[in-house]
Amino acid sequence: MNVLLFGIAKDIVGKSQLQFSEAEKTPETVLELKEMISVSFPEFRKLSSLAVAVNSEYAEDNVSLSRNDEIAIIPPVSGG
Amino acid sequence: MDKKIIEIVDHIDTSQVFSELSDSKSGGICVFVGTVREFTQGEEVISLEFETYKKMALKEMNKIAITAIDKWQLNKVIIRHAVGVKKVEAPVVIVGASSAHRDACFEACRYLIDTLKETVPIWKKEYFENKTVWVSAHP
Repeated sequence: MNVLLFGIAKDIVGKSQLQFSEAEKTPETVLELKEMISVSFPEFRKLSSLAVAVNSEYAEDNVSLSRNDEIAIIPPVSGG
Repeated sequence: MDKKIIEIVDHIDTSQVFSELSDSKSGGICVFVGTVREFTQGEEVISLEFETYKKMALKEMNKIAITAIDKWQLNKVIIRHAVGVKKVEAPVVIVGASSAHRDACFEACRYLIDTLKETVPIWKKEYFENKTVWVSAHP
């Protein structure tokens, strides 16, 4: 499972994609993904907000994740 | 011709916008241009860098445009955002609406920029002399 990273999320992790290999436990829901990255990278807990996009749409915490989904971490946006 | 122009570009040319929003059914055009400000909370900004999740950003910008067209019966809408490094005074975003009467395009224009700032996945990094800051990242 690949997770795309943008903005400060990319700086926190140190790369533009996070990979969960076949051998590892992979997150099954949006909430699990948020919890797993916050454990691995506690800096995520300091952000004003943390959203996840599944197939380029904002996804609620209860949405299920599958390996074929395009998943992205969306830190607080600041366009304009 | 399509009513919407939704784009993410490297450079914004503000001189195009009148012809892009001009419409025979419109009696008014309202445009907002966001630019790079030199000082943020008393600190001098050298430049801003914008990054986007382009596929999702275009989808979200499209939703905003459709909502505005329906709500205010707009004849034309533009939402165009720049990415990359932008120096002080450079235009970074342009939104605009074209409608039969001015109230509609004024209200729509405000909605376009306010909603873009809330929902579109674009991130802005401020470069100061001795540090960089991702805007709005921390409370």
